[in-house]
Amino acid sequence: MKEKQNLQLLSGNHAVSWGVKLARPHVAPLYPITPQTPILEKLTEFHSQGELDAELLTPESEHSAMSACVAASLTGARVFTATSSQGLLLMHELLHYASGARAPIVMFNVNRTPGSPWAFWPDQIDSLSQRDTGWIKMYSESPQESLDTVIQAFRIAEKLALPLMISHDAFYVSHAVEPVELPQQELVDNFLPAYNPELRLDTSLGQSFGAPIDQATWNRSRREAGEAMARVENEVLETGKAWGELTGRSYAALENYRTEAADTIIVTMGSMCGTVRDAVDALRDQGTAVGLLKVRQFRPLPVQTLRDSLAGIPSVLVLDRNYSPGMGGILHQELKSALFGMRDAPRVHGLLAGVGGVNVSSNKIQQLVAEYADAKPSNDSVWVE
Amino acid sequence: MDMIDYPDGEQFSPGHVACAGCAEALSLRVILNTLGADAIAVVPPSCTAVICGGYPLSSVSIPVQHTTLESAAASASGVKRSLNALGKTNTTVVCLAGDGGTYDIGLQALSSAAERNEDILYVCFDNEGYMNTGGQKSSSTPLNAITGSTPAGKLSRKKNLVEILAAHRIPYIATCSPAHLSDMSAKIKKAASIRGTKVIMVIIPCLPGWGVADDAAVKTARMAVDSGVFPLYEVEDGVDYTMTIDTRNQSVNAYLKQQKRYRNLSDKNISDIQADVDKEWEYLLGRARK
Ligand SMILES: Cc1ncc(C[n+]2csc(CCOP(=O)(O)OP(=O)(O)O)c2C)c(N)n1
Ligand code: SF4
Ligand SMILES: [Mg+2]
Repeated sequence: MKEKQNLQLLSGNHAVSWGVKLARPHVAPLYPITPQTPILEKLTEFHSQGELDAELLTPESEHSAMSACVAASLTGARVFTATSSQGLLLMHELLHYASGARAPIVMFNVNRTPGSPWAFWPDQIDSLSQRDTGWIKMYSESPQESLDTVIQAFRIAEKLALPLMISHDAFYVSHAVEPVELPQQELVDNFLPAYNPELRLDTSLGQSFGAPIDQATWNRSRREAGEAMARVENEVLETGKAWGELTGRSYAALENYRTEAADTIIVTMGSMCGTVRDAVDALRDQGTAVGLLKVRQFRPLPVQTLRDSLAGIPSVLVLDRNYSPGMGGILHQELKSALFGMRDAPRVHGLLAGVGGVNVSSNKIQQLVAEYADAKPSNDSVWVE
Repeated sequence: MDMIDYPDGEQFSPGHVACAGCAEALSLRVILNTLGADAIAVVPPSCTAVICGGYPLSSVSIPVQHTTLESAAASASGVKRSLNALGKTNTTVVCLAGDGGTYDIGLQALSSAAERNEDILYVCFDNEGYMNTGGQKSSSTPLNAITGSTPAGKLSRKKNLVEILAAHRIPYIATCSPAHLSDMSAKIKKAASIRGTKVIMVIIPCLPGWGVADDAAVKTARMAVDSGVFPLYEVEDGVDYTMTIDTRNQSVNAYLKQQKRYRNLSDKNISDIQADVDKEWEYLLGRARK
């Protein structure tokens, strides 16, 4: 482990802005929304001070912001934007458009409850309901991870020509302040290859994008996107490892915490991981063999790695900070389908914990383990009181 | 006689799939050839999107980004900013959009691009309806016109988008007609030489949408200009109005009678439309005299 240098106290959102600045995007269309706004304001501040040499656009809506992102990306620029909740939902049409166009935009989303009723609390339904839009989706649990992931995201997205969305939870991560190590510009410049797409809108090339096509060609375009998706996990792994060699902080698609010889594994995403680590430590101290499996890469879901990680584990608790009415917790459903047909599959308990931002304490998680570890699981996700 | 005088650099190929006799295809040819090879087009769903061609063919030789219906101005901003960041600042970025994509669903994005004074050229092919989806009304459809969604005739008037855009004080707005192609070419050339947001509105009598004969699109456009229904003028910096043609030589009657979408007009409807056109004409002349 390298010695930490250049530490700064940063909120999760400001850590994102630092990551973006270090990645040197060419174009950043931005529209404000609580709790994303500090990302935007830090970037415009960097820009006005001459520290960020990018074309910043402030259009009238997130819909136009994402339209500009797609167009700028197809013209050959490295592109970043950030949003949250209503803004992400307003972009929905363009999210499909971006992935169909294979535009490697990097977007940061701050997970927040969508209206109605109006609320500003951490809940992942905004990004999870964009599950099928063809974006790579990653979840971060801390300011440092958000900064590191933004930089890695450009390398992954541009290599595979897929757009990539990273999310962190409102307030718990977006506004929580912690010491963050800022990498040197030179380090990032060496890590991130320049973006030079072969296909782009360029009058010297004459290529066009998005013209009407027949059924077979549309079909092929999605198959090709799927083939690129199949390469994501490996790319996330290699990129996370390369970053680790430079900074001492490695990353993977799924991350294990104290899962050795575990009887019960808790699976979750985002800020909940921090609380689970605390609960795992307390339970391990009491002699209970519990571990955490953190899902950092949600799309594509690393199915085989999930199966390998959970093989032989008697009991799995999924903590979902989201709720799909009529279906349940989305990670719960995804995990069940990922493990389907596995011999000796674990008992999977889906727990709706923290929906709407309600607090889930370490004590609560310890209680849940005691309550559910040996219980017979229900098909449906269960509300945690 | 208005001679067609523009450089034909073959930016627009034959074999496209516009209706035979379409004035939009004719206008596209003039506009693209006037702009030349150093341009990138942004096209939302519309007749233009179809005319530009289905993959893998293209009837236009410049690169095209096909974008979503409401996004033309935002997408063009993205292309332009990207070109700026990559040091290719001279390339013209041109939106080729319909009236639905401009007056209605794309107005928000257009207003925002105009407010930011993005360096784009926005051409609206105004065929006064959603023709791509079979001819429903847009907010550009005039009073009394029958469309797929106004079977008894539209109950409200056509939106005055030029005034809305003028209120943004953008450097250049002009109206054009496919019956006045030299004027169209000159206005496109002028617009392309100006930095900032420029908007060109082109009246396109749509053969099936308006119910005009296959060979009557250009003639109908000429009648729209000659009757004062669609005056040709320019607005600079949002306040300086200049009439391209400041006389009218016919009533609206013959123009309306050309078109099946007006088949149910009563004499009273026609005299009301005439009175409205007279009033708007005087208003416009008044603005141009100031
Ligand atoms: C968000 C969205 N809603 C609806 C449509 C369907 N649609 C495609 S083209 C069109 C009408 C376009 O009208 P206009 O802009 O006037 O172009 P024209 O077809 O008349 O050339 C509509 C409604 C769409 N593509 N996107
Ligand atoms: S529908 Fe009208 S505008 Fe569209 S191609 Fe045909 S004539 Fe031209
Ligand atoms: Mg139209």
